[in-house]
Amino acid sequence: MKTLRNIIGIHLSLLIVCCIIYTLVIWGIGQIFPSAANGYPVEKNGKIVGYKNIGQKFTLDKYFWGRPSSVDYNAASSGASNYGPSNPEYLKIVGARIDSFLVHNPGIKRSDIPAEMVTSSGSGLDPDISPKAALIQVPRVARAREISEDLLRDLIENNTERPFLGLFGPEKVNVLMLNLDLDRAAEK
Amino acid sequence: MNTEIMGVFAAFIITILLAYPLGKYMTKVFKGEKVWTDFLSPVEKLIFRLSGVDPDKKMDWKENLKSMLMINLFFFIWAYLLLLIKHPFMNPMNIGSMEAALAFNTAASFVSNTNLQHYSGETGASYFAQVFILMFLQFVSAATGIASASILFKGLSQRQASDLGNFYNLLVKSVTRILLPISFVLALVLLLNGSPMTFSGAKEIVTLQGESVKVATGPVAPMIAIKHLGTNGGGFFGANSSHPFENPNYLTNMLEVITELLIAIGLVFSFGFYLGKKKLGMLLFGVMTIFFISFSSLAIHWESRGNPLIDNLSISQNAGNMEGKEVRFGAAASAYFGTASTATSTGAVNSMHDSFMPLSGGIFLIDMMINAIYGGVGVGFLNFFVYLVVAVFIAGLMVGRTPELLGKKIEAKEIKIAAIVLLIHPLLILTGTAIAAHISAVNPSVGWVHNPGYHGFSEMLYEFTSASANNGSGFEGLGDNTNFWNIMCGAVMLLARFIPIIGPVSIAGMLAKKKTIPESAGTLRIDSATFGVVLISVIVIVAALSFFPALALGPVAEFFSI
Amino acid sequence: MLNNTLVIKMAKRKRYTKLFEAEIVRKAIGESFIKMNPMLMMKNPVMFTVEIGTAVMLVVTVISAFNGSSAQGSFGYNLAITVLLLLTNLFGNFAEAVAEARGKAQAASLRKTREITPANIILPGGEVKIISSSELKKGDVFIVSAGETIPTDGEIIEGLASIDESAITGESAPVIREAGTDHSGVVGGTRVLSDKIKVLVTGNPGESFLDKMIALVEGANRQKTPNEIALTILLAGFTIVFLLVTATLPPFAEYSKTIITIAALVSLFVCLIPTTIGALLSAIGIAGMDRALRANVIAKSGKAVENAGDIDTVLLDKTGTITIGNRKATNFYPAKGVERNDFIKYCILSSIADQTPEGKSILELAEKNNIKTSDGETKDARFIKFTAETRMSGIDLSDGTSVRKGAWDAIKNYSNNCNGEIEELQQFVVDIAEKGGTPLAVAVNKKALGVIQLEDIIKPGIQERFERLRKMGVKTVMVTGDNPLTAKYIAKMAGVDDFIAEAKPEDKLRYIKEEQQQGKLVAMMGDGTNDAPALAQADVAVAMNTGTQAAKEASNMVDLDNDPTKLLEVIEVGKQMLITRGNVTTFSLANDVAKYFAIIPALFASSIPGLNALNIMHLSSSESAIMSAVIFNALIIPALIPLALKGVKYKAIGATALLRRNLLLYGLGGVISPFIGIKLIDMLVSLFV
Repeated sequence: MKTLRNIIGIHLSLLIVCCIIYTLVIWGIGQIFPSAANGYPVEKNGKIVGYKNIGQKFTLDKYFWGRPSSVDYNAASSGASNYGPSNPEYLKIVGARIDSFLVHNPGIKRSDIPAEMVTSSGSGLDPDISPKAALIQVPRVARAREISEDLLRDLIENNTERPFLGLFGPEKVNVLMLNLDLDRAAEK
Repeated sequence: MNTEIMGVFAAFIITILLAYPLGKYMTKVFKGEKVWTDFLSPVEKLIFRLSGVDPDKKMDWKENLKSMLMINLFFFIWAYLLLLIKHPFMNPMNIGSMEAALAFNTAASFVSNTNLQHYSGETGASYFAQVFILMFLQFVSAATGIASASILFKGLSQRQASDLGNFYNLLVKSVTRILLPISFVLALVLLLNGSPMTFSGAKEIVTLQGESVKVATGPVAPMIAIKHLGTNGGGFFGANSSHPFENPNYLTNMLEVITELLIAIGLVFSFGFYLGKKKLGMLLFGVMTIFFISFSSLAIHWESRGNPLIDNLSISQNAGNMEGKEVRFGAAASAYFGTASTATSTGAVNSMHDSFMPLSGGIFLIDMMINAIYGGVGVGFLNFFVYLVVAVFIAGLMVGRTPELLGKKIEAKEIKIAAIVLLIHPLLILTGTAIAAHISAVNPSVGWVHNPGYHGFSEMLYEFTSASANNGSGFEGLGDNTNFWNIMCGAVMLLARFIPIIGPVSIAGMLAKKKTIPESAGTLRIDSATFGVVLISVIVIVAALSFFPALALGPVAEFFSI
Repeated sequence: MLNNTLVIKMAKRKRYTKLFEAEIVRKAIGESFIKMNPMLMMKNPVMFTVEIGTAVMLVVTVISAFNGSSAQGSFGYNLAITVLLLLTNLFGNFAEAVAEARGKAQAASLRKTREITPANIILPGGEVKIISSSELKKGDVFIVSAGETIPTDGEIIEGLASIDESAITGESAPVIREAGTDHSGVVGGTRVLSDKIKVLVTGNPGESFLDKMIALVEGANRQKTPNEIALTILLAGFTIVFLLVTATLPPFAEYSKTIITIAALVSLFVCLIPTTIGALLSAIGIAGMDRALRANVIAKSGKAVENAGDIDTVLLDKTGTITIGNRKATNFYPAKGVERNDFIKYCILSSIADQTPEGKSILELAEKNNIKTSDGETKDARFIKFTAETRMSGIDLSDGTSVRKGAWDAIKNYSNNCNGEIEELQQFVVDIAEKGGTPLAVAVNKKALGVIQLEDIIKPGIQERFERLRKMGVKTVMVTGDNPLTAKYIAKMAGVDDFIAEAKPEDKLRYIKEEQQQGKLVAMMGDGTNDAPALAQADVAVAMNTGTQAAKEASNMVDLDNDPTKLLEVIEVGKQMLITRGNVTTFSLANDVAKYFAIIPALFASSIPGLNALNIMHLSSSESAIMSAVIFNALIIPALIPLALKGVKYKAIGATALLRRNLLLYGLGGVISPFIGIKLIDMLVSLFV
């Protein structure tokens, strides 16, 4: 049937064009920029310890912490809590996170805690926190590492990404990169 | 104005600045005029020759619709059968097959440009599926929409003729001249910003803290480009555009939200250029934009204000409601992304809608219930066209003339089709939600809803609304990978996709054959601000009257209970 | 000769100017109940669903009478709702019944003129017999003499008479009707004042146009116009949507752990569907036809009246429409070398047999100039009649002299003048024409001797009417037999958009076809048989009642007043029908906004107290809120009946301005008024509920 030939022909042609050619070209260009094509892996001592844009779990006092994650930073299966804003379960969990945070960060006032530190992210792999969130962790990390708070604040300043083009979007601090710098500084 | 709002503002302005010349370009492509991409025509000629298609063969509205339906049926069968098997190649994660109801839902979903995903991307689909089934459908479903819009334009510009263009020609050209070039550029930018493009499977690493983690990756960048450009919305990962590999930074976020709106807005301008009625195109754009700006502003407001219940916990909510959101975007850009995504029936998310404030979620719902504020590529304009027909009918009566649109009389047959198309949306949404609500109420142990009370109702309402609007986003707390949701939503998506294409195209086809009545002082001018008010009123009344009770029982009730 | 006391003589036909006559109201109330028959109600989908809702509520009320439990509300409340729903239906039927009754009364007053009168029928053998007018059939010939009443409609085939048509038109000035002219039609019930005429019966009793029109205002067999059908479909679509909304509410409520009573659900449904326009739609259509009747226009179909509203171009005859028919002679212009008094005498000779007012005015002017002719000169002379082809008339004297009078180009072609004379006469013609006069040339023995100047008088107020038409988007075209220069001048003075000069019957037809080629709708008035092809081609064709049968057959409307400007009123009636429908529809839908704010909080007040924030009207209780909305929904129907019957006044202010005005009044008004209305009703109701 003529129509069947039309349909199959177009189907296969578009398949080749969109799925094979298009993908291969992008893949080819990716080979020229291997770091980008692999999602910007980050190395320490020659081994990959993470990806610049993928958050990872930090729970030890000597590291700066990232945001809570509903998938516990399982990068093979991203996800979120999907709690609604009025869900009593959800509010209890947030309350518990606040309490836990205060326990680990004595001297910090409740009203200083930024919301993102006690709410889970959309992907569960959020690599960033706000500069304010990093700053309130300084006392704890300083004590744990016995480093000066000023040095820590400098590290935070160096790792703070300004808004895009200075105009658009929020300021943020990449937790993994901050902690890598921290490890490097501590080794000195 | 803080940098978050600036970012949203800039994104919107850039979108319009890009959409306008794109509209002009698309008109030229539809009309077959000379464009700079003509160097691709040998490729197209080859495609047509191999398929035995004569791209210049004139088709009337019936033939066009037939071709459209048959090739989409073929797409559906291709996808469904392939999803039912485990893929032996391009499957480094060894992901298994989908079970029948889920495969049905997924195939229906991607064929209908919805991209509703009841599976989680990185664990439910192999690389083969992502590239050869899902991404393929993303291209061809978008092209189907664009081609349908082009057919509508031609029908409205015809004088007593029945040639509405050639569907195959428009389908292929939509891919080669519009979708591929732009996707290519976007994919490149995404790649350079950290969206991976690799065929090796998940990488096993050891984190700084010494834990062993598997990091899923794959051929992500190319898919994300067409996901947004074609208002598809189906992500590579379950977390969609909130996943850092799909949306690494603020620049990529801006580009993604710009691309979502790009073709839809471009087609509104294209309509004006095609018919030589630029002022009318601007008026229609203006009407849609009034809605869009209002909705975005409200959503941004509610999210930036934060959650009052968390205020009670006395912490700092400077950044707004951050549950389910990513720090690199912020609350404002997330709310804007959500509004753009639900306006255009994209359905991609850079934050979890289930965690949005009640009225923001309500805004997303209304956005999808209207389904014509820019709308999906091609079909958005088709939906808007139906509202236009009804508005012209009522306004025409009010000035004492038999209603006419662009010089063609609107008579009983056209009204009948318009009424049926307007019916479908509330029919599917309300009936589906009613059934789900009833089952949940009678049998709570079925455990579908994740959040209790009104928010749970909103979850079910949202799912059906999203399916009927061919959107694809969801309140993801809903346990929707069950037979009930898979089959119901699959059916809803197919009906809601093709009936609102068949309706407007047939109206355009019938109008094309009619005699054109010249304009006079007594003719209603539809490019006037007064008529714009009529249009806005018709849209508000039809949407509000159909969905007010449902919204009252979900988002509105939740809002008043906080 | 015969007794005329059987004829009920009416000086002016009784016009029903009061909206609600007691007699009509009484009849309509009875009709309202009869129309509750489901077989009849089915034709109106919106109101039919209300009827079903009423039936459901009736069952619920009966059950709640025996049940005693208050799960579905109290018996009293359910009964009240049932009654209110019944009233909603009845109000709708009442509106239709009143419109019908008014239409029928109007038509009956016209019919009254067709009382049984004696007729002098001429049998095939030639004898005259007296029979009743009701026995007259098509093809019969009767004879009417001075003092007698014409028994039925017909066409004069022999003779002429002066007729008193006051019974039909209300005008007591007598008119001339003559066989073989464009005014050969006579109407039954009018009285012959002088002379005698033989009349051919042109239609069987009961088949006259009037009978057809009466059928159009009788709702039972009324055919819906295409526009009405389209609107009904749209309303049915809305009804289905609201049915969905209402039907899916119980499961929603189930999830929110709320119980909604059947009374509340049915009330919500009835309030949401566009009952206002649903109830009044047929009344609007019937009232529109009735208004056409009141303008003394008989339409063959509702579609014709609606089409009139869409007219783009109107063809109007100059004489009698734009100008006061009779031109007057004002000056004689003999050519050089022609003795003035001689010329004037020839003018007299050319007009002696001319019965037209123009001819008479020429004689008057001649008398003013003290020129006369003697009887002897015209003895045994042959009068040459005016024909549309030659466009000349005149006299052939017994001594062989021929005198012709007519339009310049006709006389010029007929005469043998030298070029110099032609140039001079041409100059006279141009001068006269440029000043808007009509030149009539006179030729003697095939030589043009001079020109008579006739002047037209443009009807006062005509410029305003054309301006009004222009604002409506209608192009006016003047049709005249005048030469182009005269026509151009008069066209400019009168303010018409275009003109056809030296028009022959085919010119009208050609012009209409050309306009229609461009997709325009054309309207035309006519009375002569030679108008018939053009009338048939036009989209809206109005024939004069005194016109020939052929003209009437070719038209889709008949004007009883023989008023050439009637077309303007017909156009307005057509537009009014559409505007009234549009405005009431907008109002009906806009009302729903307030009703939602009344009913939704009421439905969920107990289970979702937060939703009470939506109760912006601060209605006192759920029951009173719902009942108030239902009461408002019912009462708004009779409140709008006067609007439906009278029609929205059409203002020729241009389409966009009109839209804005109507949008404010009926759109914004429709949103706001129920907020006030329901609140007021609630304050009253809360005293009882």
